[in-house]
Amino acid sequence: MTDERTSTGSRPLMPVGVGPALPVAPGDGEFEIASHAEPVARSQWQLFWRRFVRHRIAIASIVVLLILVLLCFGASFFAPFPNNQQDLLLGPVSPNGTHWLGTDELGRDQLTRLLYAGQISLKIGFAVAFISTVVGTAIGALAGFFGKATDQALMRATDLFLVLPAIAILALALEFFGHTDTVIIIVLAGLFWMSVARVVRGQVLSLKEKEFVEAARASGASPLRIIVRHIIPNIIGPIMLNVTLGVAAAIITESTLSFLGFGVQPPQTSWGNMLSDAEGYVGTSQSYLLYAPGLLILLTVLAVNFIGDGLSDAFDPQSEKH
Amino acid sequence: MTPDRSSPPDDTADLSPVDTASLTLESTIDSGNGPLLSVRDLSVSFQTDDGLVRAVDSVTFDVHENETVGIVGESGSGKSVSSLAILGLLPRSAKITGDIVFRGQSLPALSEKEMEKIRGKEIAMIFQDALAALNPVYSVGKQIAEAIAVHDRDVDKQTLRERSIELLDLVGIPNPSERVDQYPHEYSGGMRQRAMIAMAISNDPALLIADEPTTALDVTIQAQVLEVLERIQDRTRAAIMLITHDLGVVAGVVERVVVMYGGRQVELGSVDDTFYDPKHPYTEGLLASLPRLDRRSDKHTRLHRIVGQPPSLIHLPSGCAFHPRCPYAEVPGRCSEDRPELAEVAPGHRSACFFPERVGSLVEEPA
Amino acid sequence: MATYILRRVLYSIPVILIASFLLLWSVRQTFDPCAQFRTSQGGAASVARCRASLQLDDSIFTQYGHWLGDAVQGNLGQSQQTNAEVSTTITSAFWYTIQLIFWGILVSALLSILLGVYSAIRQYSIGDYTFTALAFIGLAMPPFWFGLIAIQFLSVELKDVLGTSQPVFGFVGLHSGDSTGFNMDYVRHLVLPVMTLTVQIIAEWSRFQRASMLDTMSADYIRTARAKGVPRRRVVVRHGLRNALIPLVTVMALDIGALFGGIVITEKIFSIPGMGRLFLTALLQGDVPVLEAWLVVTAIFIVLFNLLADVLYGVLDPRIRLS
Repeated sequence: MTDERTSTGSRPLMPVGVGPALPVAPGDGEFEIASHAEPVARSQWQLFWRRFVRHRIAIASIVVLLILVLLCFGASFFAPFPNNQQDLLLGPVSPNGTHWLGTDELGRDQLTRLLYAGQISLKIGFAVAFISTVVGTAIGALAGFFGKATDQALMRATDLFLVLPAIAILALALEFFGHTDTVIIIVLAGLFWMSVARVVRGQVLSLKEKEFVEAARASGASPLRIIVRHIIPNIIGPIMLNVTLGVAAAIITESTLSFLGFGVQPPQTSWGNMLSDAEGYVGTSQSYLLYAPGLLILLTVLAVNFIGDGLSDAFDPQSEKH
Repeated sequence: MTPDRSSPPDDTADLSPVDTASLTLESTIDSGNGPLLSVRDLSVSFQTDDGLVRAVDSVTFDVHENETVGIVGESGSGKSVSSLAILGLLPRSAKITGDIVFRGQSLPALSEKEMEKIRGKEIAMIFQDALAALNPVYSVGKQIAEAIAVHDRDVDKQTLRERSIELLDLVGIPNPSERVDQYPHEYSGGMRQRAMIAMAISNDPALLIADEPTTALDVTIQAQVLEVLERIQDRTRAAIMLITHDLGVVAGVVERVVVMYGGRQVELGSVDDTFYDPKHPYTEGLLASLPRLDRRSDKHTRLHRIVGQPPSLIHLPSGCAFHPRCPYAEVPGRCSEDRPELAEVAPGHRSACFFPERVGSLVEEPA
Repeated sequence: MATYILRRVLYSIPVILIASFLLLWSVRQTFDPCAQFRTSQGGAASVARCRASLQLDDSIFTQYGHWLGDAVQGNLGQSQQTNAEVSTTITSAFWYTIQLIFWGILVSALLSILLGVYSAIRQYSIGDYTFTALAFIGLAMPPFWFGLIAIQFLSVELKDVLGTSQPVFGFVGLHSGDSTGFNMDYVRHLVLPVMTLTVQIIAEWSRFQRASMLDTMSADYIRTARAKGVPRRRVVVRHGLRNALIPLVTVMALDIGALFGGIVITEKIFSIPGMGRLFLTALLQGDVPVLEAWLVVTAIFIVLFNLLADVLYGVLDPRIRLS
C-alpha cells in the first residue's frame, strides 16, 4: 500500500476537527494569532514555542528521534560488531546475550546491521522531505504569486500523477535511473514536491491579497523579497508540517520499494531492504528477523508524525488537543 | 434543583392579564395566572483551558403567555447561552444552576427524552444566520416536514407536504408549492429566515425563542421578518422571546425588556420604562448610541458611544462588571468593589445599579 | 447534474491520453521492446522485424498513434515472455484485483465510518483514545510488514496454538485447492489480504471521518435539528453523518490510486495472481507490452473511479448537483 498518500493532495494528514461549540470568550487575543494574517511577530514565535512544549508526546518524540539518529550515525561507535562482518560458521542464531537481536544466515549481527541500515533509511527520509519541501515551496509560491500559466501547469501536472499508483511510477523510474540511495532520494523528491507545491500555492493565493503584502508591494519591495520576507514566514506552519509528513512518507515508501526489490540494493542496506528477504522468514525458525527492522520503521514514522501533530497544534491553536 | 416558587412574581403592572379563552389548545393546560416560562437564578458556566467562564450569572425573568419579551445585550452578554439553556441545548460541559420552569415543570430536571418532546413542540427556536442553521442537504420542505413528523408520527407524507406549503405561504414565501422542494442555498437570505420561522411555528409552540432573527439581513428585510413574527404571534398566540443586540429592533415589537451585560441582568422593565427612563447606565449608553428620528438633533448632538470594550467573561471586572465603562461609577468605591443586585426602582422596573438616580443625564442633556 | 458529469467525462479524456502517452514513452525509454530477440538465433533479422512492426524508428508520436490505434480495437499486443495475448492476461488478472478492491473499499468504508462516528460522538472517551492510538500506529506501519506479521501471528502461530492442521486464515491465493466461488474457504483466504490492503486506509479514513463528523456535529444545523426535537440518534445519522459523508467521498476518490499501489504489495505477499503481481513480474522481466497495457488500464480504472466519486459527490451534495 502506498504511502505517499500522506503527502498527496492538499488535505492534511489529520484534518483538524472543531470541538464542541464553546461560548465565545470575547477579548481573548490568543484566538486571533492563528489566522496567519498578521506579519510574523516575535511574540508569535514565543506563543508557538509555548504551545509546542505543552505537547508532551511531541517532545518525547523529538528525544526518541535524536537518540535514533545518534545511534545510527554513530554506529561505528555504538554497534557491537563491525559493519557487514560475516560469520558463516555461526549462521543464523536467535537473539542471545552476544547477539541481542540474533544473526542472519550469513552470521551478521542484526543489531549492527540495523544501526548501519538506519543511516540510509533516515538519510533518505530527511533528504527527500527537505528537497521536496524546498522545491515544492519555491514552485508553489511562484505559482500562487504569479498566477495563471504556472498555476495551470502545476495543477494539470498533479492531475496526471493522480491517475497512477505512485508505487508503480516510482518502481518504473528507479528501473530507469538506477537504485542507489542518491537516485532514490531524487526520484522520491521528484514525486513528493507536488503536494507541497499545492499546499503552498493555496496559502500564497490567500495571503497575497492581505494588507501587509499590499503594503510591502506599495513600498516598492520586489516580488522575490515579498515572497521570502513576508509570505514564507507566515506559512512556515504548514510548510514544517509538510516536512514531517514528507519524512514519514519517504521512509515508508523507501521501505516498500526496497521490499518489492526496486529500492536500495545490496550491498547497501536500509531497514526496508533488510525486510526484502522477510517473506522467506515467515513461519520459519528465523522469524525473529522479521520484527526489529519493521519496528524501527514504525517507531521512526510514529515519532515524526507525533512531532507533526505537535507542530500543527502549536501553529493552529484551535485544532484539537491530544 | 427545585423550582423556587417563593420568589416574587416578576409581573408588570401595565400588562393586560392573559385571556385564557383566546389561547391555543395546548396552552390551556396551565392556565393559571403564573408565567408561561419562569427563569430563576439561572447561571451557566464552562470550564475552559483559560479558566472558568461564567457565561450567564444569576439571571431571573418571566415570560407570560402571548407576551413578547426582548433580551438585549452585546455578544458575550449571555443572552444566547440563556436561551440555549432553556431548550437544554448546551454542550455537556456546561454547568447549569438555578431553575427554568415552563408551565410548572422544571426543565433542567427533565430527561433528554422528555426534553425532546418539548423542543420544537412547546418551545421552538429561530436561529440567526439561517444559511448555517438550515441543513444544506435537505430541501426546505423536508426540513419543515421533519419538524412536524418528529412530534406526530401519524401524519402521512402528502399531509406533511401540504402543511409545509401552507406554512411557507403563511410566512410569505412566494410560490410555496415550488419553493418547498428547493434547497436552502437556492433561497435568498430573507426567505431562509422566513423558512426558519415556518419550521419553528410548525407545531404551534407556546413559546418562540428568536435568537437575533434579523441580524444577518438588510434593513428592509429585517422589517419584513419582524412583521412576519408579529403576524404569527397574532395568529398562534405564542409568547416570543426576542433576543437581540439591537435596541431598535426591540422597540417596536416587545412589551418588556431584559438588558444583559457580562452574563448578568442589569435592567428589567416594560419597554416604555426602559426606553424613556433607563435606570442603568449601560441601557442609557445603548439608547444614546441609537440614531433617533424622534429627537431633533442640533449640531451639538452627536451619537453617543460607550467607551471601552465588552468585558472578557474570563476576567470579568470586579464589583459591577460595567464600572470600567461607566460615566457615573465611583472608582475606587462601591462600583468597583461590591456587586450591585437587581433592585426595584419603580413598580415593575428593576436595575442593578448603585446609583440609578444618576442615570439619565446622557440622554437628556446634549453633549 | 448531467452537464456536471459530462464535464467531468470530457476532462478525463485528455488526462488519459496524455498520461498514456507519457507512460508509453517512459516504458520505451526504460526497456527495449525487442529485447527478447537479441539473444535468440538469427537475432539481427528478428530484431529488425520487431522494430519495424512497432515502428520504433519513427518518432515517439507515431509509435503512440500506432499503439493507440491497436489498443482501442482491443489489441494490446503479446507478452514478450509468454507470448500470450496481453488483453487476456490483463482480464484474468483484473478479476482477482477487482475482488480485492471491492472488499477492500467495502471494509474500509464501513469500518472507517463506524469508527469515525463513534470517536466523534464519544470524543475523548477511552474508545476514542484507543482508536486514535491505533490509527497512529496504522499510519506509521509499513503495510507490507503488517501483512507479514499478520501471517506470522494469525496463520502460523495461531495454527500452532489451536493445533489445527490447516491455518484458520489462508495466505496463499484466494482459494485453496480446487475450491471456487463465494464460500467459507474464500472468506478465510480473504481476511489477511484485505486487512493488509486496508490497514493504512482505515487508519486514515477513520481519522478523517472523525474530524469531519466533529465538524458537522458542531454545525448550526445540528443545533436546529435538536431544537426541533429530533431524537439524538436521528440527529447523528440523518443530519451529522449525512453531511460528514460528503468530504469523505473526496478523500476516498483521491486514495484509490494508493489502494491500487497497495494491491501490488498485497498480491505479492499473498501470492494472488492479480494486477499487482502482473506488474511486478512484467517490470522485473522488462515485458514492454504488458507494462504499457498495465499502466494504461490502471490509469483508466482510476479515472473511472474518480468519475464515480464525482457522481456520488453530486448525489450527496445538492449544492454541487444544482450549480
